[in-house]
Amino acid sequence: MTALSRPLSALARYPSAIAGLLIILALVLLSIYTLITIPYAEAIRLWRGGEGVWLETPRNAWPSWVNLFPGVNLPNTLILDTDSNSVEKTRQVGSDETNVITTFTIDYTADEFPQEISVFLTSQYDQKLPFVSFSWLTPDGREIRITDGTVERSKTVRFSQESKLERRLQGVKPAVGLFADPQSAAAAPKPLKGTYQLVAKGLVFEDEADVDARLVVYGQVYGLAGTDHRRRDLTLALMWGTPIALAFGLLAAVGSVVSTLIIAAVGVWFGGLIDATIQRITEVSMILPGLPILIMIGTFYSRSIWTMLGVVILLGIFSPGIKSYRAIFLQVKESPYIEAARAYGAGNFRIIFLYLIPRIIPILVPQFVVLIPSFVFLEATLAVLNLGDPVLPTWGKVLSDARTNDALYQGHYYWVLEPAALLLLSGLGFAMVGFALDRIFNPRLREL
Amino acid sequence: MRAPEGATEKVPSAFVRVVQYSLVRLIALFVTVVIGVYLTIVIANMGGYVDEIRRGFIREQVAIAVGLDQSLQEMTPAERQQHIDQLITLQEKRMGLDQPFAIRSFRYLSDALTLNLGRAENMASDSGSRQVRLIILERLPPTLLLFASAQLLLFFTAIFAALALSRHYGSWMDRIIIGLAPTSAAPSWFYGLFLILIFAALFGILPFGGLVSAPPPENIIDYSLSVLKHLILPVGAIVISAIFLSIYSWRTFFLIYSSEDYVEMARAKGLSSRAIERRYILRPTLPTIVTGFALSVITLWTGSIVLELVFNWPGLGRLFYQAANIFDTPVIVGSTVIYAYLLGMTVFILDIVYALIDPRVKVGGSGGNRS
Repeated sequence: MTALSRPLSALARYPSAIAGLLIILALVLLSIYTLITIPYAEAIRLWRGGEGVWLETPRNAWPSWVNLFPGVNLPNTLILDTDSNSVEKTRQVGSDETNVITTFTIDYTADEFPQEISVFLTSQYDQKLPFVSFSWLTPDGREIRITDGTVERSKTVRFSQESKLERRLQGVKPAVGLFADPQSAAAAPKPLKGTYQLVAKGLVFEDEADVDARLVVYGQVYGLAGTDHRRRDLTLALMWGTPIALAFGLLAAVGSVVSTLIIAAVGVWFGGLIDATIQRITEVSMILPGLPILIMIGTFYSRSIWTMLGVVILLGIFSPGIKSYRAIFLQVKESPYIEAARAYGAGNFRIIFLYLIPRIIPILVPQFVVLIPSFVFLEATLAVLNLGDPVLPTWGKVLSDARTNDALYQGHYYWVLEPAALLLLSGLGFAMVGFALDRIFNPRLREL
Repeated sequence: MRAPEGATEKVPSAFVRVVQYSLVRLIALFVTVVIGVYLTIVIANMGGYVDEIRRGFIREQVAIAVGLDQSLQEMTPAERQQHIDQLITLQEKRMGLDQPFAIRSFRYLSDALTLNLGRAENMASDSGSRQVRLIILERLPPTLLLFASAQLLLFFTAIFAALALSRHYGSWMDRIIIGLAPTSAAPSWFYGLFLILIFAALFGILPFGGLVSAPPPENIIDYSLSVLKHLILPVGAIVISAIFLSIYSWRTFFLIYSSEDYVEMARAKGLSSRAIERRYILRPTLPTIVTGFALSVITLWTGSIVLELVFNWPGLGRLFYQAANIFDTPVIVGSTVIYAYLLGMTVFILDIVYALIDPRVKVGGSGGNRS
């Protein structure tokens, strides 16, 4: 126990190590929270984003918190259905037809225009299709007719696709034209702030028939993390990326370090031909181009993250690290306690696993911790090369999407910055702890 | 520690020893490269998976060709099928697919080692050739330009900064560098994204990527200036991603060496700090510095693929990525072979340099025993 508590208390003397540990702890907690709240299957379903999964999110929206910056006032996404307070639904029963009037009230205060406006209609009827007409009331009292038509079981009215409406608005995009201040210049329209109303007047011809409407005003900001080009909420990928990144980094580091260590110890202990063979294999493996091989395997075999993990570990077994472990093992091999073990008849593998390897662990721990982020970044690298896991949402996949869709060129900076910040944060967390551990376990460095 | 040489023993001249050492290393490296390339070929063929792709491709091509041939329209379906089968067998034989993979792999190996890389399936060089060798040769100079400039800049800056820091260790500069060392956990492409964001997207002073501006300037001076301008960000990304860690590790290394007794002795003699640095710190650490340089070059070679992609740099890395995306096997295998050669060559050149600067090789001590 003391073997563990001593370095831990020593670690407390390094502020950077404490910061690093806090970062790692936060990432672990986020992973646990993610795994509990969004089950694996659900995450994959949402990220695949099939029919109807991301209908109500805007495209390429910035995260909502950008509105906290001074001078930024982008419209949020408004979703209004009959349950909301600002929606009023009345039913006027007539002799042979019934009016179902839904009035949506919108308080518009943003400085920019929304991306798009859509109404999702659902209706219940027996034989005769209900008929709905929409009109738009602006704060300055104008009334603009939007469109009308019959409603099947479900129907989506996208204002941007109503060409007649666009013509009525003098060729301006409806999402702009409906909110534009008529006083502002046509070239640079400004939204008119105030209370707007959308009235959906439904005519139903049966007693039991009904029409329900749901208004979505797609803003330019959405949620905590914004959305991507396929309207997917980035929060999902950023959250799910955390456990994947940690698991990949940790498993790859454990796998490659432990196997390298065992091989180095075995080589040193048995010496002779085994040692020479291991040395030569290490030299071959130094020349093997690792990333190209990963790319080949990803392209030809499978892009599953577990396959990649296996290959990464395989390629890492004979890493150049063997040479430095070997140098240390050669010294340890000559120590008296090994001789004593040999004298009382300890077996080869007992000596290797119980006496040789534990001796090197202090040197190993920091290297190991520093290695984790490099594998976290490797996962991102693979994803940027289009070799990310085909179904899992990861940080690298977000970066990759952002790159292929020219996010930086188009000004969607959040799309790159968010996964990058998380990658950097996890990288820094592990690296800071690792560097501090290095100084604790290697006293020669501490003096400097 | 090296055992003292017997004075009576005949010691070959330093030159012979260096040549001998280099030859032994050359042979060892060649064997290593051969094994590496062979493994690459085996992996690239994925236990016959790639052959399946090729067979399917041949089948499709033959079927289309037969379908389009007017003179074969009168054949019965059975005859036509037989004709197709014959053509497929012929074609497979031409491409060597009738032999077992074990035999073919050695033919691939000798082809690869002699850089007879075959023809690309879908890609072409800018000059229109489909020779894989030409395609790769065309892409090699940009990669070399980028990495040579970045490596040299990085290496010399790091060494001199580290020397300066080791003189004033504990100063605020020193602390900052130590604090920044963990930033090297991120690869160069990652910093590339930030550099693009800042200098290209926000300020618009440097290009987003590419090798030269389009259309390329006619004048040779303008052309080089344009290339230089495009070089700044990728080189910057490589340097930023590695500089702090290398300064930190070199500094620690120099500090360890400058506390050796003979350095203290030199100091006590009253030698200038410059002379101490040159003769008592740099000289004995030179072999290690060179090894460190070699290792960093090796890791950078393959780390370049994504960086080239992010910066749209028309080099080997981007070629590899493009080839992988359209399953152009000859190009993939060819570039991997080139990568293996480049790595082998890097190791070899640095080995020779090592032999030249490590006195143990020249005087015939335990030269081969370096870790």
